[in-house]
Amino acid sequence: MHDLSPSGFSLPAPSRRTLLRGMGGAALLGAGIPLLSACGGSGSSADPKTVSLGSNSSDAVPKKAFAEIYAAFTKKSGIKVDVNTKDHNTFQEQINSYLQGTPDDVFTWFAGYRMQFFASKKLATPIDDVWQKIGGNFPEAMQKLSKGEDGKYYFVPLYTYPWAVFYRKSVFDQHGYKVPTTWDDFVALCKRMQKDGLVPIAFGDKDAWPAMGTFDQINFRTNGYDFHVELMAGKASWTDPKVRKVFDHWSEILPYHQEGAVGRTWQDAAQTLVAKKAGMYLLGTFVGQQFTDKADLDDLDFFAFPEIDPQFGQDTVEAPTDGFMLSKAPKNRAGAAKLLEYLGTPEAEQIYLKADSSVVAASTKADTSSYTALQKKSFEMISGAKSLTQFMDRDSRPDFTSTVMQPALQNFVRNPKNVDSILSSIERQKKTIFASS
Amino acid sequence: MTATPAKAPEPATSPAPGPAPTSPTAKAPHGHRRLLTRRDRVTLGLMAGVPTILHVALVWLTALASIALAFTTWDGIGFDSITWVGLQNFRELFTSNPQFWPAVEHNVIWFVVLILLPTPFGLFLAVQLDKKIRFSRVYQTAFFLPVVMSLAVIGFVWQLIYNPDTGLINSLIGANKPGHYIDWIGDPDLNLWAILIAASWRHAGYMMILYLAGLKSVDPALREASALDGASEWQTFKNVVFPTLRPTNTVVLVVTIIEALRAFDLVFVFNKGAQGTELLSILVTNNIIGESSRIGYGSAIAVVLLVISLAVIIPYLIATFRKERRA
Repeated sequence: MHDLSPSGFSLPAPSRRTLLRGMGGAALLGAGIPLLSACGGSGSSADPKTVSLGSNSSDAVPKKAFAEIYAAFTKKSGIKVDVNTKDHNTFQEQINSYLQGTPDDVFTWFAGYRMQFFASKKLATPIDDVWQKIGGNFPEAMQKLSKGEDGKYYFVPLYTYPWAVFYRKSVFDQHGYKVPTTWDDFVALCKRMQKDGLVPIAFGDKDAWPAMGTFDQINFRTNGYDFHVELMAGKASWTDPKVRKVFDHWSEILPYHQEGAVGRTWQDAAQTLVAKKAGMYLLGTFVGQQFTDKADLDDLDFFAFPEIDPQFGQDTVEAPTDGFMLSKAPKNRAGAAKLLEYLGTPEAEQIYLKADSSVVAASTKADTSSYTALQKKSFEMISGAKSLTQFMDRDSRPDFTSTVMQPALQNFVRNPKNVDSILSSIERQKKTIFASS
Repeated sequence: MTATPAKAPEPATSPAPGPAPTSPTAKAPHGHRRLLTRRDRVTLGLMAGVPTILHVALVWLTALASIALAFTTWDGIGFDSITWVGLQNFRELFTSNPQFWPAVEHNVIWFVVLILLPTPFGLFLAVQLDKKIRFSRVYQTAFFLPVVMSLAVIGFVWQLIYNPDTGLINSLIGANKPGHYIDWIGDPDLNLWAILIAASWRHAGYMMILYLAGLKSVDPALREASALDGASEWQTFKNVVFPTLRPTNTVVLVVTIIEALRAFDLVFVFNKGAQGTELLSILVTNNIIGESSRIGYGSAIAVVLLVISLAVIIPYLIATFRKERRA
C-alpha cells in the first residue's frame, strides 16, 4: 500500500536515509532503520516529509483547532501532516480493526486504561524518546497518566477538563445559597432548592455515561483514589460494603435529581440549568457548550464535589485527558516523533486552547493569561489535585463498562431499591469479563 | 440465450490469415458444433462462480465462523487471543446476563403486537381501498409512505413526538413538569409500547400493500355469486374473500416474523435498547461493536437468534415443500 505514496518515487533510497539521519537523533535512528528494513522494498517509498495522523476530532471547533496546530508544525519542521478525520463515535467503534490494519502513524486517543489496553496488546509504539524531551512540560500526575502498564510512555496528553458541580452565580445570589463543601451542606442545599421550586440537580442519563460520572465522584470521595483504581481494574468486589456505601449516599441525593433521567440526554438536562430551572449540574466543563449566550456563560461557575470522608477530602479530581499515540508500525517513525514532540509543547497547547475554550492545557507550562475565568478555575483545580482519575469508561475495561455498568447504573437510577441485586449481578458479570483475555 | 447467435460470426472470422492469438475458439468450427463458445463458458462461469464464491464467503463462512466463535472468548485483536471456552458463553447468557431474557421477551412481544394490531388494520385498510372509493390512490400513498422511509428516520421523527421534555405529546398534555412527568423514553413500562406504536404505524402500510395485491387476485365472479346468494358484506368477506387470501396470509405471517426478529434500527435510534427496550439484535451489536469487544459472547447471542429463526423458518419450508410435492 505504501508504494502509492505520491512523492515517494522521486526520492532514491540513499537520500532518504541520509535525510533521516539528519532529522532524528541517534535514538530515533536506531528505531527507524530496523523498521525500514522490516518493510522491505516498500519501506523506501514512504515519504519522509509526511506524517499521517488518524483523528477522531470530527466536531467543527476541535477539528479547526487541531488543523491550526498541524499547520504550525509544518511551518516549523517542513513535515506535512496528512490528517484522516473520522466521525468521533465511528472512530471509537472501529479503533480495534483500525489499529490492527494499516493505521496512520499517529492517532488521537484517551489517557488511562484505554491507552494501556492497546499498549499491552502491542498495538502502539512506546515513545520514551519523545518524553525525554517533553517530560519537563508536564506535572507528575500527567506523566503517570501517559505510561503503560510496563512503565514505558505511550501517550502525549494535549488537553484535559475537570468534572465538577456547575451552577449559575445569579441563581445562588438570588436565593442566598452558599457553595457546599461537605456532604451535609450539599444535602441541605438540595432540600432548600427543592423548597424554592428548583430542580436541585439536573440529570440526563439517556446516553448511559453521565451516571458513571456521579458514581465516580461519590466513590472517590467516600473511598478514596486507591479504591477507585482497584475497583476499576476489576480487583475490588462490587459487593464490598464500601461500594454499597457509595450507593447509599447516592440514594440519599437521588430524590433531588431531575425526574425521568433515563429518557433525557445530557444536552436537554443542561438546558434546564441554562433556563435557571435547575440549581446544580454535575458534569464535565463541556456543559459550557450548551450556554450559547455570552452573558449566560459568564454567569456559569462550578465547585468541586463536596467532601464525604475527611480522610480523602477533595484531593481527587476527575479529569479525562485527550492526546496522541504512536501506532504499532509507523511508516515515518522519525517524523512522527517530531510531531509528538511538538504536540507536547506548551506552544501547541496554546494554539488549541485559543480555538476551544471548553478545555484546559495538560501542560503546566502553557500560558494561562488568555484563559477565561472558568478555564483558570479548571486549571487550578487540576494542578492542585493529588490524584487524577479519567472516567469510569476510561479507567476500566470498556467492554465491562458499556455492556454491564451502563445498563446497571440506569437500572439503579430508575429503581434505587434494587441496589443489592444490581450489585451482585455486576459482580457476577465482572468476574467472567475480567477472567477472559 | 441471444448471446449465441450474436457471437456466431466470431469463430468464422478467427481462422482468417495471419496469427490470431486473440481467438481461443479457432478450432470450434472443425469439431462438433458447440452451443457456447469458450468465451461464453468463461463468462457464464464467472457470472455464476463469482456470486457463488461471494455468497459462500460472505454468508456461509461468516455464519459458520460466528457459530464457532460462540464457543470462544475473543477481543478481536489478533487470532492468537481466541480461547475455547465451550458452553460458558451460553451458560452466562442464560443465567447471569440481566438483559438477555427481557430481550427474548421483547422480541416475542414485538411479534405478537405486530400480528395482532397493525396486520388486521392493514387488511382492513386494504379491503376499504379495494372498494375503489374516491381518492383511494391518495390514501394508498399516505398509508404506504412510512414503509418507504428508512426506519432510522422514522425513529428520529417519533423521538420528536416522544421526547419527555420538549416532545409533542408531553408539551400538549403538560406532562413535562415535575410531579406529573411521563417519561416515554426512559420508563420501562412505557417505552416498548411507545416504540411499538411507531413500528405498527409503518407495519400497517406494508401489510396493506401485501393484502391489496392479494385482493386483486380474488375472482370477482366469486363475490358476484355470493352477492346473488344474498350474503352480507361481512359474510362475503368471512366466507369467500378471506379464505382465498390464504397464500397472502402465509406471506404476511413470514414477513411479520422476520420483522420481529430483525427489529433493530427503530430501537437503536430511540434509546439504544436501554431499560425496557432490549432486543436480541441490539445485544449482539452492543457486544460486538466497540473498542474492546466481546466477540465470542456477542456471537453466542447471535446463535440464539439464529436458532430461533430456524425454529420458525424450517417448519414453514417443510410445509411449503410438502404442498408443492402434492401439487
